[in-house]
Amino acid sequence: MKLESRIPSGPLAQKWDKCKIENKLVNPSNKRKYEVIVVGAGLAGASAAATLGQLGYRVKNFVYHDTPRRAHSIAAQGGINAAKNYQNDGDSVFRLFYDTIKGGDFRAREANVYRLAQVSANIIDQCVAQGVPFAREYGGLLDNRSFGGAQVSRTFYARGQTGQQLLLGAYSALCQQIAAGNVVSYTFSEMLDLVVVDGHAKGIIVRDLLTGKISRHNADAVILATGGYANVFYLSTNALNSNATAIWRAYKRGAGFANPCFTQIHPTCIPVSGDYQSKLTLMSESLRNDGRIWVPKKPGDKRSPESIPEEERDYYLERMYPSYGNLCPRDIASRAAKRVCDEGRGVGESGRGVYLDFSDAIKRLGVEKIRERYGNLFDIYHEITGENAYQTPMRIYPAVHYVMGGLWVDYHLMSNIPGLFVLGEANFSDHGANRLGASALMQGLADGYFVIPYTISHYLALQNPDKRPKVEHPAFQEAEENVRGIIKRLLSIKGKRTVASFHKELGHIMWEYCGMARSEAGLKKALQLIPKLRDEFWHNLLLPGGDSELNQSLERAGRVADFLELAELLCLDALERRESCGGHFREEYQYPDGEAKRDDENFSHVAVWEYQGPDKAPVRHTEPLVFEEVHPSTRSYK
Amino acid sequence: MKIKLKVWRQKNAESPGRFEIYDTPELNPNMSFLEMLDVVNEELALKGIEPIAFAHDCREGICGTCSCVINGKPHGPHRGVATCQTYMRSFKDGDLVLVEPFRARPFPVIKDLIVNRAAFDKIMQAGGYITARVGSAPEANNLPVPKENAELAMDAAQCIGCGACVAACKNASAMLFTAAKVSHLGYLPQGQPERYLRVKAMVEAMDAAGFGACTVTGSCEAVCPKNINLTFIARMNRDYALALLKGEPKKTSTVAA
Repeated sequence: MKLESRIPSGPLAQKWDKCKIENKLVNPSNKRKYEVIVVGAGLAGASAAATLGQLGYRVKNFVYHDTPRRAHSIAAQGGINAAKNYQNDGDSVFRLFYDTIKGGDFRAREANVYRLAQVSANIIDQCVAQGVPFAREYGGLLDNRSFGGAQVSRTFYARGQTGQQLLLGAYSALCQQIAAGNVVSYTFSEMLDLVVVDGHAKGIIVRDLLTGKISRHNADAVILATGGYANVFYLSTNALNSNATAIWRAYKRGAGFANPCFTQIHPTCIPVSGDYQSKLTLMSESLRNDGRIWVPKKPGDKRSPESIPEEERDYYLERMYPSYGNLCPRDIASRAAKRVCDEGRGVGESGRGVYLDFSDAIKRLGVEKIRERYGNLFDIYHEITGENAYQTPMRIYPAVHYVMGGLWVDYHLMSNIPGLFVLGEANFSDHGANRLGASALMQGLADGYFVIPYTISHYLALQNPDKRPKVEHPAFQEAEENVRGIIKRLLSIKGKRTVASFHKELGHIMWEYCGMARSEAGLKKALQLIPKLRDEFWHNLLLPGGDSELNQSLERAGRVADFLELAELLCLDALERRESCGGHFREEYQYPDGEAKRDDENFSHVAVWEYQGPDKAPVRHTEPLVFEEVHPSTRSYK
Repeated sequence: MKIKLKVWRQKNAESPGRFEIYDTPELNPNMSFLEMLDVVNEELALKGIEPIAFAHDCREGICGTCSCVINGKPHGPHRGVATCQTYMRSFKDGDLVLVEPFRARPFPVIKDLIVNRAAFDKIMQAGGYITARVGSAPEANNLPVPKENAELAMDAAQCIGCGACVAACKNASAMLFTAAKVSHLGYLPQGQPERYLRVKAMVEAMDAAGFGACTVTGSCEAVCPKNINLTFIARMNRDYALALLKGEPKKTSTVAA
């Protein structure tokens, strides 16, 4: 596998300019000859499809949703980072870059992250121009809030709905391009295979979810913006339909899968309440601006929070990390919560919870200010738990939220398969081993609005659209047969266990052995259990309904089949990465105080997995990480 | 607790539908309504009955995918709450609970409780945007937006596009949805250049998609999971009237095409 990162030479601050200057362009009148497939319409997909449409390319956009406005980007609550320095508090492109590199525990590429920080300011300009109703100050200028892992206030927000508002902005731009005929929108359409012709990505195979019809679509380039795979854990904060199928099937066509074990556990979610639970709900990290996190000092203290006096409370983040306090990064806050619960000091019925207390903030700012800042989050909390967080502290616990791992891409966001570009959460590129809050929205829109338009032209300029492979090409035939084969096989099992029961069992294995803390013994155990479960899945799956109609069980079965394979790679990657960094915490590698122990000598690299065929062990390649500008240090938030 | 579920079953748009009654297994009052359907579906699948198809995704009240009518009310009993955030503690042990799809001609039933809301996309494509080519945006703080306007725009922008307003309306009118979109952009200075073109195009697209007229009963506002205010409709009507008075933009070329 060839892993050429294509990072331009020269000083960090000039790399992106150099790349743009050196990239080949496509003449305006030639752009309409090129066809580009964009799969997904979250922030990355919708912004890419709209922007490429504006440029004049012919774009085909595929979503499995009923409309391109529902992708899981909508659920992001807290905000989007940008190095505008509107607060005059010392922010700069370099500081955003440095915070992101350090937040990712020095496991991301310098050049990619620097570019992300550079274009961050343009994103805010673009979104404001589109009419995104960001929060404002009384003078009419934009407001900011602070977020985890940063000592400046650089986060822009739209109440607790920033993701939804940014997505509506991208969706509205997409709507305009659809109306103009530059983008053709395919809804209820799930990509089930990637078509590779002579080593280049030239199309996809799609199932119409309403009719079951399988169709072939060709193009000069394929962009996957299909999100992350956190649902491999069954319970996560992701939407229920979020899945890995598009990137997994691309992996099986030869795309490298990078750092699959870099998964993020978000510290502030509503705790699990019962076995029936289908998903976990996030409470935005922005709450940590004003909420204080604590547990009782005494283990097993079952008194109500109000009756525990101040001196018997342990504000453990403020105690352990005095300079960042409640705003330390997500991985650190999550592990600290696990530690205090393991000590028997957790709260709530299950003992797996900590308090997030607003009483001090309410005293300081008044209820109205808190309502204005977080009203909808308090409402969500009330709807789910029936508790009023204005009066009693919220109970929170970490939950799987995001994946930093994904398909490997170079500086151009192209995978090792030429013509296959991967954007947003689906790629691995910018967050290293841990993502900072309010950076996912930034990356999705950076990729779609400001990176792909420049880099895709460099690829397309060397392609001849007149020689675009036709859908009659044998590679399309083979891919379609592959898809039909999988569906047929799933429907012919006729076993006794539902797909949900398999998914749930897989999730238990993953959370138990590959969750917040991982160990060699646990991972080896998981690597025994997963193939066994997968084998049972393929022999004992009960799948109602047929393939030529809307069949939600069939859709889910295909996705869970892929999760059952991806889970194994995730555990394997976690086993091979014999260090602790960011969201990947190996119990064997920690300092006496429980902090993660990174091993830069042996693991300062991206692990990239290459598929070798069914029942064959994948091969692990590495791309070394070169730090020219920053010196990887022990990450300290103390 | 247990309930009896009287639920609409319909194989596809062409087939006639009917109600079926299912007894649920033991439920936990802290289950969400959709988790209750998950549990019922597991049982149905094991009995060899095809599970009830229902639309859902984020399950935290923000994506706008879920869409049932519960006991005659879109999104169920509570004001300002979507189906996915309705919990079983809202029902009593032994209740008979009626579950139907959204019913409106522009939203044809796809299967069981799932309807096709593509008509909303058509309204948006007609004008629900501000033309702002990527790369051309001015510095964000060059254009101050009075806080009051920003807040009103945000109130309107909260619409999640679920379609409950249409389902609740006796005329299947999409006025609340369209008005929310028109008002969101119309309150902002960035939205002014296309303000009247936008409202005209979106209202016409709404009519063309087969949505009915508004008779201001307010049922839309009552079921809206985001509490979108009825006054946005008044605002849209005013903008629409002004757009009609202003007339068509002048053609720049007089030569027949």
